Amino acid sequence: MEKEILGIEHLSVSFIQYGKGLTKRWLYAVEDLSLLVHAGEIVAVVGSSGSGKSLLAHAVMGLLPYNGRMEGKIWFDGEPLTQKRAAKLRGRELFLVPQNVSYLDPLMRVGEQVMGKRPSPSLRDTCRKVFAGYGLDAQVGEKYPFQLSGGMIRRILISTAVMGTPKLVIADEPTPGLHPEAARRVMGHFKELAAAGAGVLLITHDLELALMTADRVAVLYGGRMIEEAPASVFTDETNLTHAYTRALCRSMPKNWDADGERLCDTGDILLYMRKEYGR
Amino acid sequence: MRLEAREVSFRYGDGKRKVLDRVSLTVESEERIGLIAPSGFGKTTLLKLLAGYERPNSGEVLLDGRPLTAYKGYCPVQMVWQHPELSVNPRRRLKTVLLEADWEKEAKDRARIEKELGILEEWKERYPAEVSGGELQRFCIARALGQRTRIFLADEITTMLDLVTQGELWNFLLGELKRRRIGLVAVSHSPELLEKVCSRIVRLD
Amino acid sequence: MRETQKRGGRRLAMLLLLAFTVVFLGAVVWLGDAWQGTALATDFTRKNLSPCLTYPFGTDWMGRDMFARTVAGLSMSIRIGLLTACISAGIAFLMGLMAAVMGRFADGMIGILIDLVLGIPHMLLLILISFACGRGFFGVVAGVSLTHWASLARLLRGEVLQLKESQYIKIAERLGKGRLYVAFWHMAPNLLAQFVTGLVLLFPHAILHEASITFLGFGLSPEQPAVGNILSESMQYLVTGKWWLALFPGLLLVLVVLLFHYIGQAACRLIDPGSTHE
Repeated sequence: MEKEILGIEHLSVSFIQYGKGLTKRWLYAVEDLSLLVHAGEIVAVVGSSGSGKSLLAHAVMGLLPYNGRMEGKIWFDGEPLTQKRAAKLRGRELFLVPQNVSYLDPLMRVGEQVMGKRPSPSLRDTCRKVFAGYGLDAQVGEKYPFQLSGGMIRRILISTAVMGTPKLVIADEPTPGLHPEAARRVMGHFKELAAAGAGVLLITHDLELALMTADRVAVLYGGRMIEEAPASVFTDETNLTHAYTRALCRSMPKNWDADGERLCDTGDILLYMRKEYGR
Repeated sequence: MRLEAREVSFRYGDGKRKVLDRVSLTVESEERIGLIAPSGFGKTTLLKLLAGYERPNSGEVLLDGRPLTAYKGYCPVQMVWQHPELSVNPRRRLKTVLLEADWEKEAKDRARIEKELGILEEWKERYPAEVSGGELQRFCIARALGQRTRIFLADEITTMLDLVTQGELWNFLLGELKRRRIGLVAVSHSPELLEKVCSRIVRLD
Repeated sequence: MRETQKRGGRRLAMLLLLAFTVVFLGAVVWLGDAWQGTALATDFTRKNLSPCLTYPFGTDWMGRDMFARTVAGLSMSIRIGLLTACISAGIAFLMGLMAAVMGRFADGMIGILIDLVLGIPHMLLLILISFACGRGFFGVVAGVSLTHWASLARLLRGEVLQLKESQYIKIAERLGKGRLYVAFWHMAPNLLAQFVTGLVLLFPHAILHEASITFLGFGLSPEQPAVGNILSESMQYLVTGKWWLALFPGLLLVLVVLLFHYIGQAACRLIDPGSTHE
């Protein structure tokens, strides 16, 4: 087994929030979550919105908002990952490919954002190579973000990760808004990263995409992990332990029964989950 | 009923780029069409034209041979959008969304649709920000399926939702559309979904 | 999802301060009303007293108790402020909704009207209207309320224009809902927050302008205990060293205006749903 790059132990993330009137409360968005990512491995964290999956990424990167609170331990490359250490490693060994295109500075040429203000000739060279590898020609670096399409921006965001020598890449919803073809291409880039020895944590709401790309898949619901299994296990729902993951499996359009009475029968699983997990 | 787009072209505002260039499409009320087109084709724009949200710069949209704009009041072509949170007024309780649907207040069908969509009584008293996207989309679908709806347009209505909700919603929709002979034009990022749901796939390019 | 509950700190403090402000302003209004007689009573045995325990704000050249007079004046100011702010805000709300309901032409006209009122210097228009309406209580109310609606109306109209483009309103139109339905059920609830804060923030303006116009002699009649009158009378005695005639009424006026401003801001923050974790 390759060595562990990222270890998350009993992680909880909570927020302070005002409710109606004067009540103030700590909302647990992630609760008691443990996860391992090895070098060269792609682990997908799958969950719908509100499952806490994005917060997981932010907690690892040390980017929680001011009203957030974190419990539990995070290990990176054998040592505890504190906020301070995360800040130091961000952009060097630890990369986030953000969900939002707006993470790029709209007033700066993308080349500068990828390479820094005064790149050395060798850095320039790598950049050109990396861009070429992603099908971006060298002129792209001279452009501003608004001049580029969503797919190109995604690829630029990924290339920032490849520029360094990443040990861990966290991709937070890298594909919404991309058509299937482009999404598959983006996933291919993550596979390349993993093949080069980096650990990849892929955060997505798209189970089908996750199964296509990842080695292992963890399913999050309501801030808790309900199932973690190798991707291959998901081909047959009888291998899965949790009723919700089985329902997920059945709900994939490719498993739908177009001629039957119902496309798919998931029973009252959502009602049940709402009762059990509170959302 | 038959909804027909004849050679429609469209550009936004004074934009130079044509979003749609002489596109034609016909849908009958018994039929369910899945639209597949390359990204940037303007599928959403086409649906907006078909539902009367925008008017084409050239060409026409006809419903049973009459221009869609000639229909005053309730439009028999109803569209459900990708982002349910933008489709409901954030400052009104969710029951008001249901009351906008084209049914008598006590209509049996109204209650049936709500029940089959899995809309819980307690959600109706909440504000949009207090329910999930999937729950919200159920309200939007119920609202669009009033008694005079003949054609239903679905623009990536389950793209932002989890798989289980997606399955439940299409389960319901397929049954309801078949039973009431309502036509469908659907856009989805998943060709598999369209293949299972639609009676005809139309490729535009 | 696990939740732990406890009382909110900053929000509670804000509410307490708000409650205090409202009580204080209410007390001024009530006391001022009760002291109408005292405020007018002249007594030449006690004229020109500087502030002391019995007469904390001193007395004037006719021996009137300046404290009672100031409170009565402020009470009048606040009531005029409330009335005019409500009328102004009402006009603004109607204008905003009309822009929504009545189509493009009406919207254009309202836009021009707003620019017109905003274009003319405030005080000038105020004096003109008040003078034309025969000054006094009616003149002041008419003047202030007819000049203060424009900026709020512009704000609301902008909001309406934005709402018109929103998805749920377009959907409502396709569902066959009329303009009136959309205006009252979709637009009004969205305008409410802006309206309430706009209304409260109008008070300080209205009060200050009422005082200014009375000070200049185009407002309330001179015998009425109004802050404007008190200040303008005190001008004649200021040079002879009777500082208390202007200082205390002026300070109290500033305090009342600031308190109203504070209420407006607090309301703004409490209503705004975006501030849930402040």
